[in-house]
Parts: sequence; C-alpha cells; structure tokens
Amino acid sequence: MRIACPFCGERDSSEFSYLGDASPKRPNFAVDSPNSPAEIEDAVFDYVYLRANVAGDMREYWYHGGGCRSWLIAERNTVTHEFKSVTAAPGAGAALAGQAGE
Amino acid sequence: MSGYTETQPLGRTATADGRASPDRSSAANQSHRLANGGLIDRQAPLQFSFDGKSMSGFAGDTLASALVANGVKLVARSFKYHRPRGIMTAGSEEPSALVEMRTGARKEANTRATTQELYDGLVASSQNRWPSLRRDFMAVNSLLSPIFVAGFYYKTFMWPAKFWEKLYEPAIRRAAGLGETAHLPDPDHYDKAWAHCDVLVVGSGATGLSAALAAGRAGARVILCEEDSHIGGRLLSDGGEIDGMPALDWLRRVTDELASLPNVRIMARTAVFGVYDGGDFGALERVNDHVPQPAEHQVRQRLWRIATRRSVVGAGAIERPIVFPGNDRPGVMMAAAVRTYINRFAAMPGKRIAVFTNNDDGWRTVEAVVRAGGEIAAVIDPRGKVPAAYRALADRSGLRVLPGQVVDVKGGVDGVRSITVATGSSTQNIDTDCLAASGGWNPNVALSSFHRGRPTWREDIAAFVPGVSPPGMIMAGAANGDLSLDACLRTGHAAGAMAAAETGAKGKSGNAAKAADEAFAIQPLWQVKAKGKAFVDFQHDVTASDVTLAQREGFESVEHLKRYTTLGMATDQGKNSNVTGLAIMADARGRSIAETGTTIYRPPYAPVAIGALAGHHRDQNFHAWRLTPSHHWAAERGAVFVDTGLWKRAQWFPLAGETDWLQSVKREVLAVRNGVGFCDVSTLGKVDVRGADAGTFLDRVYINGFSKLAVGKARYGLMLREDGIVMDDGTTSRLAEDHYLTTTTTAKAGPVTQHLEFCRQVLWPELDVQLSSATDQWAQFSIAGPRTRDLLINLVDPSEDVSNEGFPFMGVREVMLRGGMKARLFRISFSGEMAFEIAVPARYGEAMARNIMKAGEPFGVVPYGTEALGVMRIEKGHVAGPELNGMTTASDLGLGGMASKKKDFIGRIMAGREALMAPDRQVVVGIKPVDKARRLRSGAHVVPKGAIPGPETDQGYLTSVCFSPVLDHWIALALVERGRERIGEIVRICDPLRNEDYEAEICSPVFYDPEGGRQRA
Ligand SMILES: [Zn+2]
Repeated sequence: MRIACPFCGERDSSEFSYLGDASPKRPNFAVDSPNSPAEIEDAVFDYVYLRANVAGDMREYWYHGGGCRSWLIAERNTVTHEFKSVTAAPGAGAALAGQAGE
Repeated sequence: MSGYTETQPLGRTATADGRASPDRSSAANQSHRLANGGLIDRQAPLQFSFDGKSMSGFAGDTLASALVANGVKLVARSFKYHRPRGIMTAGSEEPSALVEMRTGARKEANTRATTQELYDGLVASSQNRWPSLRRDFMAVNSLLSPIFVAGFYYKTFMWPAKFWEKLYEPAIRRAAGLGETAHLPDPDHYDKAWAHCDVLVVGSGATGLSAALAAGRAGARVILCEEDSHIGGRLLSDGGEIDGMPALDWLRRVTDELASLPNVRIMARTAVFGVYDGGDFGALERVNDHVPQPAEHQVRQRLWRIATRRSVVGAGAIERPIVFPGNDRPGVMMAAAVRTYINRFAAMPGKRIAVFTNNDDGWRTVEAVVRAGGEIAAVIDPRGKVPAAYRALADRSGLRVLPGQVVDVKGGVDGVRSITVATGSSTQNIDTDCLAASGGWNPNVALSSFHRGRPTWREDIAAFVPGVSPPGMIMAGAANGDLSLDACLRTGHAAGAMAAAETGAKGKSGNAAKAADEAFAIQPLWQVKAKGKAFVDFQHDVTASDVTLAQREGFESVEHLKRYTTLGMATDQGKNSNVTGLAIMADARGRSIAETGTTIYRPPYAPVAIGALAGHHRDQNFHAWRLTPSHHWAAERGAVFVDTGLWKRAQWFPLAGETDWLQSVKREVLAVRNGVGFCDVSTLGKVDVRGADAGTFLDRVYINGFSKLAVGKARYGLMLREDGIVMDDGTTSRLAEDHYLTTTTTAKAGPVTQHLEFCRQVLWPELDVQLSSATDQWAQFSIAGPRTRDLLINLVDPSEDVSNEGFPFMGVREVMLRGGMKARLFRISFSGEMAFEIAVPARYGEAMARNIMKAGEPFGVVPYGTEALGVMRIEKGHVAGPELNGMTTASDLGLGGMASKKKDFIGRIMAGREALMAPDRQVVVGIKPVDKARRLRSGAHVVPKGAIPGPETDQGYLTSVCFSPVLDHWIALALVERGRERIGEIVRICDPLRNEDYEAEICSPVFYDPEGGRQRA
C-alpha cells in the first residue's frame, strides 16, 4: 500500500506511522484557568482517551517518519483502507521553508 | 500405433557398441513412458532417486510425471491413518503426493511432487512412514480410526488435562504428521524485491495470455505471473485449436509477441500468493528450486511484492474429486491430471484406465487415452448417456460405457487393482490400474476472496464463482466460471483491454482469439453413498462420515465444519476438497449449497517458506546495525558489544587476564571514581530546537521551564505523555538565545522526535520553532572522574578556561581544541563525578576517542562501557529505562518537585488525577541486602517482612541492580509502595523464578555522594 505524502509523493506505507483519529482538538488550560478542576479534567480526559470507533471514512494523523518527518492528515476508509486524501498538518513543511530561507 | 512402452525390455538397453549401458539416456526403463509426444526433451535424460531407488526421466518432467512414467504408484502415507497414497493431480493443488526433497541442510518437507521440476541428481523420499513406505507400522492407525474421527482432539483427550500435554499430544504428533524439517540452518539465500506495473496478470493459460496481450498491445506496463515453469496453463495439457491453428502454435505465437513488447514482463515459476491493500500482491519466484543447489551468488527463491493499478486473475479452475469408498487409493487420479500426464509429459498413468465422470470434460480424458494408444477399461458416467460430442469416439473405440457409479476400489500398496461399479441394482467388477475421476470444476476463486469477497453459487456449472473481488481486480476465464476455451480467450482479452484502459493506456488491444466453443454439461455428483472410507480432504484424512458426524453433533455451519473436522486446514488449504465437503454438509442438512454457503480463503495461496519471507534479514543481517562513531576504535581494543535497539555499544573493555565481566566492570568504575574514564554516549538522541519561540515550545513539552535558562547553561528535563506518565528525560542546553539542543534517551530518540514534531506541526503551528534530528551528526563522549580537568587541559586549546570558575557545573559552550578544531563542551554528569561531555562532528569521533586516550594517558584514563555507565548511574540513584517504564509518574521517580506551577505543559492535568497522586503508589527507592554477600537480581518482588508472598502482599520489585564497587556489595533501585516513608525498613525480597528469598533494607536511592559535591568540584 502506498500513501501520497504531499511533500514526497507516493511512498510505501511502511515509511509512515499511524497515530489515530484527527478530530479531537486538544483543549488548552492555563495554570490559572477559571474553569473548575473537574471541568478541566473531563475535557482533557475526553481528548486523551475517548475515541469513536469509526467503520468508514475517518480523518487520521499519519507521520512520515521514514521520509520528510511531516505530520499528515489523511482521510481513510477504515473498512477498505482506501485513502481519499492526504494533506499536511498546519505546521508541516514549515521547517522545510525555514531551512530554504536560511 | 503410438508407442506405449510396456512391452519393451526394462532396465537396460544396448548402446551402439553393443555394451549394456546402465539406466541412463533411455526411455526404455520408464515403463509407462510414451514413445512420442509430450513437451519433454528426450535428448536430455535425467537421473533421480526416490526412496533410494534410482530412476530416470527427461527434462521437462516434474517429479510426479517422472514417477508416473516409471510406473510408481505409491508415493506417500496419509496424515492420520497412514493409508497408502499416490499422485492425484498434476498441479499445485496436489493434496497427497508430498515428498521430502534433498538431504542434509537443504532437506525440505512437504514438497508437492507435482510442482517439483525434475533435475539431474534429484533426491526425494517419502515421508510420514516407518520403517518404509511399503511396510508402515503406523498404518495401525487405520484400525484405531474410530478414535480419529472428526473432533477427536476435543473429545478423546479432554481429560485429564496434563495427560494431553505429556502423553497424548506427543504421541499423536509422532503418529500423525507430514514431513520433517532439516533441523539445520538453511545454507541458501533468499531475496526480496519490488516490482511495479499497471496490470498484473495472474496465470498464463488462454485467459491470462489473452489478457496480457490485450493490455500489452494497448501500451500498459504488464507483468504476467505463472506458477509453472512453462507458460500455457491448460493449453499444455488440453491442446485444441485456436484461431484455426493448433493451440501450441498459437501459444508460441502469443509468447513471441509478448516477448517482443518492451512493456510486458513474463515471470514463470512465480506463484502469486496474496493480495494486499492498495493493489499490492505477494508472489514467490522459485528461482533455483529446479537445480540441485543455487549457483554461487544466486538465490533459491525470491519474494516479490508487486505494486499494481489493476489485476486480471486468470487462475483457471481446479478439478474436484468425487467422494466414493477407496477414492484415495494410489492410482485414483483426477481425470484432467491423467490427460496432463499423457499429453504434456508423455507418461501413461495406467495400462487399463477407467474413467468416472459426471461431466463432459471427463470425456476429454477418455479421448486423450485413446489417442495416445492407451486402453480404456470402462467409462462410468452416472448421467447414463454418452455426450453427443463423444458418441463417435465411443462407437469407434468400442468403449464400455456404464451408466452408474463407482462404489468401491480394491487394491493394495501398489494401487488400484479393480473397481466395483453399481448400475441400478446390479454391480460388476472391472479390472483397472488407474481410475480417472472427475466431479466437475471449481473456479479458482482464492485471490478474489482474500479481502473477504464471498463466492456465490452458480447452479449451471454447479460451482462457486467469485463474489466481490478486491478493488482493481478482474476475475476472468475459468476462474470466473467461464469454463470453455473460447470463453477464456474472449473474457481474458476483454479484461486485459479494460484493465489497460482504466490505467490510461491508449493503444489498440486488437481482437480476441477464437476457438470452437465446447459446451460444458454437468450433473452434480458429490458423493457415492456406499459403505467404506470415502475421503473428502485427502491431506487431512477427512472422510464423508466425518462431515456427516459433524452435522449430527451440531457443527453445521461451514466455519464450524472446517474447524471441527479440520477440513481444508492442511497445507493445500482444501483446494480440491472444501466445496465437496460443504456440498456433503448441505446434503446432510437437507439444504441447498447456496444456502449452506462457503468458507473463504486466506493468503498464502501457495506455501511460502519462512526463509523467503525473511530474505536477507537473518543472522547478522537480521536488522540493520548502527555503529557509534568510535566503534572501530572500540573493536580494536577488544570491546564486548551489546545491542541496544539497532545500536552496537561497547559494554565493557576487557583487559588481558580478565576472565569475568564483573572484574572488567569493577575496574572501569573504580578507574572513573578514582581517576578518569570516558565513554561514547553518541547514541543519546539529539534534537536541535531553533526559533524565536524555542523556549516557549520547550516549556510546553517539559514539566520544568527552559525559556528562562541562561545561554551557555544546561538543565535536566522531564517530559510527560498526555496521560501524565513520564515519557522521557534528558538534558537540554541553550546554545544561543533562539537555539537549544535537547537530548533524549537512546531508546526514545525516534519516538520523542516524533512527539515533538507532532507538538510543533499539529498542536502549536503558530510557534516560530524548527526541529531537526542531530543524533547521527555528533560524536559525543562523556569524560568523567576527578582527573577529568587534567585530561581536558591536554585536549583543549590553552586559551580555554576549564577551571571550576571558568566552566562551572551545568555550563555549556563551544571550545577550541588543540589543533584548531571546534567542539561543544557540556559540563554534565551522569556518573556523579566531575564530568564533561565533549561533542565533535561524527566523522571525527574515532579520532576523538584516540585523542582522549592520548590526552588522558598521564592520568591513567580508561575507556568504559555501558555496564560501568549503568553501575555508576545506579550508585548515583539516577533513573533510566527500567524506572521510566511507561507506568511511572514524575513523583514516583522522586522528580515531582521539578514540575513548574507557573505554566501549562503536556501531561500536567492528567498527572493530577487522583490515582496518579495516591500516597500508596510505588516509588523509586534504594535497596541493599541485609547479608552483604547476597547478589541481587532485577525483577525480584518486594513484600513486607513476615508476609506470605503473593499478589495481595506484593509491594513492588527491583528495577535495576548492580554490584557497587564503591560499597563492595550489590545494590538496587526498586519501585516500592510508599517507599519513601519506609527508609530503613527491612523487607522480604522474593524471586520465585530463581527460587530466592532474602531480607533487604529500603534506603535512599542515592548510594554515592548524596550531597553531590563531587560533580561540582
Ligand atoms: Zn513526506
């Protein structure tokens, strides 16, 4: 199976590693957050542990560790393993740009 | 009349000069070889031996065809009952004729004689028999057959359980079995390779050739895989006429055209065994299985991974047996296999051949036997009528045609002697030495079902055809249920053209070849209901009565049937038995086959040697090596190396006269503690962190702060996972306002880099920070011990101030070395001694090691390995991998105080959960034995003194142990419940694995220099 890295092109899946569901958003709480401790813990607990067990299309994080070290967001069908799209994480490629500018 | 050579003299022939020559170079001793025809090379005679008996065959033979030509009927003993078995088929579906190939380290078990090409000097032997194939004492199992019925594993030996392990299982394994492995390392090499194409065509019969031609002409990149050594599939056996020419001429013309197309690659001897995600296929190329041993620098087999965009599967169909008593006797063969032996190999499987068929295809075998000059004893066709196409043949040859069923087969170890045929209410015996049977054809749906595509029943051909195939796969020809030659040519061509067009090929595919369309008529007959052992799965010795027994005992579903009887679970995966088994089940349940359904198949389609899957990744090449920059220098000094991940690290450096690792390690530790030593620590992960927000970034990933760290300083840091558990530790140095260098543990270099990249790219893309891995770019050495500064003065330029004031503890800066090269110098200590780490570009690592030795020579510098490094960190109470075990929190490690209260960081909130803050958690403490002579071992459990050891009283375990040369006794770090409150308490240490039980004292984890004065000196 090959995955189309937006930076490297189609590469063998063994170059990539999988993290999981890309939909949960990491909550941010400052040390002096006005939210209650229970509220904070619940929100972070959800982010860390709770995942939908999707059978079908899912947005997922993949890491091109055997290539450009970019984090990618892939739309993949968990039943057929078909990749519908692969895009770069918001901060991916910045290092590349930075180096090029140096 | 073409020459059936039965009447010719056996064994010896006269040569031109009149001398008798031994067996070589003649067909005369091949009692069942036809004088003419076949695709064998009579100019290339080959000698081989089977069970020590020398025989001859010809180039182009398989081992099976050579055995047939030599009149050998008995080839094997069956799995459970040790019944005599012969050759059933002529292809890779062969269930019975499994042999051991070669001898010594190259011995290979369970090779199908039907796929093994003959070569000069081939040595094969039968298996699963004792003492000999003809006299097999284990055949007594046949008498015990009542206990070997379906489910016998579950029933007979259920109780008592310990008898099963000690008695029954070994006994059964001895009695029931197939071949034996070599028990020696395989001396051959195996290769792995990738291939890429637009269209993969599986199978090179009429279907596959048509598909490859259509796709190749259109301009697609085509790979055509054929498991056989010859291209042509059934065309090689069945002949016929295509486009007005003999099929073999057409075959030659097509292979010539394919060979002329630069975009087409033909791979013979290559079995496609699996379909994987994204259109990848697995294939096994038997590169050198047809020679005694591979030539130098050649491989035996090659595992291909073929990346495809489309595939056309023309894998043909597999003829299925009819189940009747005695259907496993040597000499009972598949009808199409008999035809193959005659037409392709010029070997006549019997002197008087009987044919039992429920379909028209079986009649082609009758025709082949007659055409080759063989004798037909009788044709038994339960349909009761000679098919129209064969009436002339029947009349002309005066065939004895019986409208009935074979109800018994009589014979012995030498095979069939006669059959009993029931016609209506009367029976008759017919003398025959070969019974060719055909129950119809099962499309070879295996590849189509590997992604759970369930085959569907087609009544008109009484067979399952492919259901939903994996994406991009087109099933064509007989594999798709189109059984006639013309349909194979037509559907193969259409599939090839379509596949090519879908990949964007624009060329013209031309027209499909044509053949006279022969009708295929069948009247299903699965089982002849008569008394006697009638086999369904020949390789696993599953009988019709096993199937009906399973039904009576409630194992009715096809999945239960399979597991209860082991039907289809042998090395042939039930290629010619599954469908028959479930048809008998359907009958027993009074349901239709369509309702009963079928099991599906899994890769590999054909057996694949583990050696081929491993390829070159064995022995020292099992995985890649990472060598430290000073590796060759260390090897020169005789270092003992240890694998840490992919790294080879020097574990200790034995000196002449040292006989024990502990002796070397003690010496190295004491040399550091009393003088100076150095160690290559380049394997620690290094991540370069740059950018205006580098400090902020590190503040968020570490529990302690880094944005306020002064330039030129280093600090120890601890990072957590999101769930609050410790992920990794290491020092981070600030090299400039916007430039940090972070280090990780050796093991976590990769995962931490990945984590940091996730934080940067996904969580906080707004931060101005860049990361790059620098682990391999720097050679880094720890120089430690009270004489370190003296050594350094010899190493660095005289202008550099390395005094305690000029280069204080935790200082970092770039220094000039003597000779004018720059290095990074870090004043950090893992050993507890005054220490520096010095880093130079990796390519200077080896020279640096030699320079350190030279600079330290006046002070007796000693290189030390990872063992001494570990001893010193345990003496100093530093945690490492065994304590950072993925279950411990910062406060478990005694590092909770490091956590900043002024900022958020990854893991902060989850680390605050009640259970992770509980006062009774197991925390890191030191352990010293009460009896100072006692050796400690990691993994031993800690229980309260006086308690009975068990899960309820278990309070932790020893994580890291070492012999402390400074204290002159063994010490340990341990995780112990409420450990920090229990300093001074005597506990019981239990090690049930090593049967040890002793007392020890809980103490501070810092055994050496608790004030830390030495590292600040
Ligand atoms: Zn990439």
